[in-house]
Amino acid sequence: MNIHIKNGRLIDPKNMVDSLQDIYIASGRIIATGKAPAGFSADKSIDATGLVVAPGLIDLAARLREPGYEYKATLESEMDAAVAGGITSLACPPDTDPPLDEPGLVEMLKHRARALNQAHVYPVGALTYGLKGAELTEMAELADAGCMAFSQADAALTDTRVLMRAMQYAATFDFGVWLRPQDSFLARNGVAHDGEVATRLGLPAIPVCAETIALATMLKLARETGVRLHIGRISSAEGVEMVREAKKQGLQLTCDVSMNHTHLSEMDIGYFDSNCHLIPPLRSQRDRAALRAGLLDGTIDAICSNHSPVDEDAKQLPFAEAEAGATGLELLLPLVLKWAGQEKIALSDAIAKVTVQPARILAVDAGHLTVGAAADICIFDPARYWKVEAAALKSQGKNTPFLGMELQGKVRYTLVNGQLVYQSE
Amino acid sequence: MNNPQLNKHGELQHLLSTEGLPARILTDILDRAAGFVNVAERGEIKKVPLLHGKSVFNVFFENSTRTRTTFEIAAKRLSADVVNLNIGSSSTSKGETLLDTVDNLCAMHADMFVVRHAQSGAAHLIAKHVAPEISVINAGDGRHAHPTQALLDMFTIRHYKKEFHNLRIAIVGDVLHSRVARSQIHALTTLGVPEVRVIAPKTLLPTGVEKMGVRVFHDMVQGLRDVDVVMMLRLQNERMQGAALPSAQEYFKYYGLTQEKLALAKEDAIVMHPGPMNRGVEIDSSVADGSHSVILPQVTFGIAVRMAVMSTLAGAK
Repeated sequence: MNIHIKNGRLIDPKNMVDSLQDIYIASGRIIATGKAPAGFSADKSIDATGLVVAPGLIDLAARLREPGYEYKATLESEMDAAVAGGITSLACPPDTDPPLDEPGLVEMLKHRARALNQAHVYPVGALTYGLKGAELTEMAELADAGCMAFSQADAALTDTRVLMRAMQYAATFDFGVWLRPQDSFLARNGVAHDGEVATRLGLPAIPVCAETIALATMLKLARETGVRLHIGRISSAEGVEMVREAKKQGLQLTCDVSMNHTHLSEMDIGYFDSNCHLIPPLRSQRDRAALRAGLLDGTIDAICSNHSPVDEDAKQLPFAEAEAGATGLELLLPLVLKWAGQEKIALSDAIAKVTVQPARILAVDAGHLTVGAAADICIFDPARYWKVEAAALKSQGKNTPFLGMELQGKVRYTLVNGQLVYQSE
Repeated sequence: MNNPQLNKHGELQHLLSTEGLPARILTDILDRAAGFVNVAERGEIKKVPLLHGKSVFNVFFENSTRTRTTFEIAAKRLSADVVNLNIGSSSTSKGETLLDTVDNLCAMHADMFVVRHAQSGAAHLIAKHVAPEISVINAGDGRHAHPTQALLDMFTIRHYKKEFHNLRIAIVGDVLHSRVARSQIHALTTLGVPEVRVIAPKTLLPTGVEKMGVRVFHDMVQGLRDVDVVMMLRLQNERMQGAALPSAQEYFKYYGLTQEKLALAKEDAIVMHPGPMNRGVEIDSSVADGSHSVILPQVTFGIAVRMAVMSTLAGAK
């Protein structure tokens, strides 16, 4: 189908484009921007007057909960949510049940996702069998099956020899290793940042050094092994500074932060709001400021949703017993826009954090609107407000700290491979 | 953020924590409790009809004898119907969630819940969940709060010291894991005590506790000097396992309250303990049973204070 998207504000950070331009799509690809190519006739035209036409968003951490946790969410519900959020590619962590540690499971997931014909799903394989931190998975086989990188998700890997071996082996094949730094002993039983709020509320705490000690180990081993290391969900000021320093010293390293941590702090827990029970914990306002500074100076490359749908019952418990996590796919764009507005940065620079930058980390050719590229496109109304409420969310997970808030930025159309997969009024 | 304990008229709807309550509300409860103490001392009528026809459910998800009993006595003296439920942790393993349990009890027409739970925030969760005509009293939630204990402590201090504004008070022991300590600190600072000290090894103090308005000491000799009130905390035996402390013997030697250490406090200092005591661990028997000890009067006052809390809540609607 030939599609003509007209009168929109085209923002393509990779190609440094931010101007009113039409865009022309044929056979699933972008064939021209600006002037129509000779002989082009549109089967469908989308009027994007007043809207932004951007590359489809790429989310580095979205739990789809399949296989194993279908009571929390299903592939169908979450893939719907992804495109409703303008997300056209997503990486899913391996902490399913069973974990993504066998090629068959990865193939099944890819197959199921492909059949839904929505966003591209990029599974992140388990770094160790069962995420147990003891034996390496068949990484090369898993990569053949479609894994883009390898990770422990939120599972501990306490044995530093295993960690080093895993990095060495991954480096052999130039596979990325994605890790969230947290020392499992220091974090044991903890549910909140070790600070003012946890002290006042009497919540078991996770100190910042749980992050920095694990991070120091990871950085040292990355240098030792030459692995392509990606640090996910950084949460503390000290952590950001360590990443900044390591990058300065030339380490091959990338880093992301969750959108929740870009906006919230421990203070938002208020009177035990279990929607703010997140992994990693929301830290102090000073930490949040450092995360934002890290995004601005490029220390933190990307923003992810860290989408973790949780069933309602699992949140209706005392804070520590409530399951950690929040729905996020449909909030990623508005929260990135909110951040850009607060920091007064160019829309294009903000969109880069959820398009071209995560594409680079994921090592996929996506997140841009270059002529010839697959037509993965998000068209959104940057001015439109909408209220975050259960009925407005397609995700099966309805829990988010932003519940009840009005957010600005509404996705109007999402295209994947030149096909219109989502449309809203 | 609205204080979940107050209704829209600023009256006490639930008692969940001593934090964020105006001094007026705390003082009113203490005054009301004083009235009940007088009634009891005159020995005439033990019972008053303030909660006649009301049902008070003591819902204990964590075991307790003393607190539950004093709540029961308090409710009965107010002529309420009392139901005691020791739920323990087993019912949740049977699949019933905390709020399922609460819904069931609401269906039995409870007017007031007295709740104890091992998790911080449980009482807040229940208060948010129940219908607006139901009141929730937190009888201890995890490490967070134990407001009636703190109020009976305030009552005891006022009884013996008359005023709050000229006192130096030390809280000694496991502040980190203590809901009692947190509630005491909030109540003492709200009532205008100029110097609240905490004395403990660093492993038993939460991060940034000084932000709650206390002076931190790690040494009993310095910390107890010239204090008017010594508030001891119970040390749970399991603290010896989690690498928080090497041994009960060492703890007693450095942080146990002995006659010798108590001599550093003011001559007329009082010694308090929320119970149950570990004699020879946090407190020496000679101090616990000595002339400075007001530990048994605390228990007696506890009934009057709980009557005051219940009748205040019943009047708020």
